[in-house]
Amino acid sequence: MSPLLEVSELTVHHGQLKALDQVSFQVLPGEVYAIIGANGAGKSTLLRTVAGLHHPTAGSIRYDGKDVTRLRPERRATAGLVMVPEGRRLFPSLTLEENLQVGAAHAREGEWTIERVYELFPWMRDRRKQRTEQMSGGEQQSVAIGRALVASPRVLLLDELSLGLAPVVVQRIYAMLPEILATGITAVIVEQDVSQALRVATHIHCLLEGQTTLQSTPAQVSAQQVEAAYFGLAQQGGTA
Amino acid sequence: MLWVNDIIQGILTGGMYALFACGLSLMFGVMKVVNLAHGDIAVIGGYVALGVIAVTHVPVLLSFLIVVPLMAIFGYILQRTVIQAALNRSILTTLLVTFGLSVVIENGLLEFESANTHSLGVGNSIITASFSIGSQIQIGYLPLIILGVAVAVLLGLQYFLSRSSYGRMIRAVADDKEAAQLSGIDHRHVFGIAAAIAFSTAALAGIAYGMVGQFAPYTGTDPASGALLLFAFAAVVIGGLGSLWGTLVGGVVLGVAQELGTQWNPSRGDLVGFAIFLLVLVLRPQGLVARKATA
Repeated sequence: MSPLLEVSELTVHHGQLKALDQVSFQVLPGEVYAIIGANGAGKSTLLRTVAGLHHPTAGSIRYDGKDVTRLRPERRATAGLVMVPEGRRLFPSLTLEENLQVGAAHAREGEWTIERVYELFPWMRDRRKQRTEQMSGGEQQSVAIGRALVASPRVLLLDELSLGLAPVVVQRIYAMLPEILATGITAVIVEQDVSQALRVATHIHCLLEGQTTLQSTPAQVSAQQVEAAYFGLAQQGGTA
Repeated sequence: MLWVNDIIQGILTGGMYALFACGLSLMFGVMKVVNLAHGDIAVIGGYVALGVIAVTHVPVLLSFLIVVPLMAIFGYILQRTVIQAALNRSILTTLLVTFGLSVVIENGLLEFESANTHSLGVGNSIITASFSIGSQIQIGYLPLIILGVAVAVLLGLQYFLSRSSYGRMIRAVADDKEAAQLSGIDHRHVFGIAAAIAFSTAALAGIAYGMVGQFAPYTGTDPASGALLLFAFAAVVIGGLGSLWGTLVGGVVLGVAQELGTQWNPSRGDLVGFAIFLLVLVLRPQGLVARKATA
């Protein structure tokens, strides 16, 4: 099987600062690829670069066999590389349903519709005329996921789903993930909650100060190895 | 009873100010561009109407049917090229660039059209006539039509922004440009649409202005011959930045203040108008109508 997403030696600068240093990875269809790391490790930068919001200084991004390194973010989204941004970033002056309609306006041909999202999150139907700014963080996160789903993604980029949410809410959102992915969506997730990431991921990729310190599967890696990669302790073993 | 007439005349003038102001407000609301050339765009609308009438002999009142689409295209192209290039650098650059545009437009018009004043004469038809209520109040049909057009434009814009899918996209981009990109929206195209609308309304305002008064190359900015930009700014600030109906409220308040000021002293109309503008800026900087959902 050929990779759906292929990132090769990606280097990204924020001004003078090198945020990512030659990061490479591949994601095959159906995988859940988790990027973990401490604050400032470059996780979100990596995901935002894949979505097209940052320009890499070197390296390339291939999606579905095509080089998308220079493609504008909106073109990547319409091609099926869709991101749920950190902090949810809903449109505050739009109603719930309008948020979903905006997401669906340039959708790829696919099985996700607004109706389907309402089936996944039944509470949304009754509150579709409400502005999203009055909703709780967990509800907003669900709307943000819904807005991405109606674009019918092939690869869903999930940036810090758990940020600012109560643990029980995070659990509930992650519990929906298998049902979403079962429709044939491949996921790349950035998560600061490592145990959560290890639970859902098929592959993990640990970043430290912009560099890859560990690439493995949750089954093949011990807690100590993850810890070492996460904090940059002694570099014994680890890279698989 | 004299002041009742002043207020009515002020409201009628306010309709035209609202036409001037709503495009300025829309461009600021959607792309955070303060278009310092907005008054000049309205003046261009007037000149384009002159040209269109000379070439096609359409009636003045119907000239907008050709002028508005032309100005919409002009707005879209200008936004996608010059203004977008400025936006890519910084918001402040757009101030410099639109100021530069204003200078270029005014001097270009001066070069090609001379400094003579023009008006869009509507002839001695019923349109220049008026009707009276009692002995003191006279209402011109033309100002009434312009007010009607202003209200219709605002209603149409409101409907477009709140109901159509393009309107939804415009609001989404105004809320969060980056999140809109992630939803597959090319914000540059949406900006172009917003500019097309803003230029269309400015052109309508310019045509209306040419029907009731006179315009010259400097009318867009020069206080001695109109200062359309200043009135538009005042109306936007009084009404509330980013609020569509605020521009009507602001336009009407400005118009009434000017009429009452003129009644007090014929040379102090503008002074009173701008005094109200400053008063609102100090006492209620968010404007009389607080910002609502619409861009």
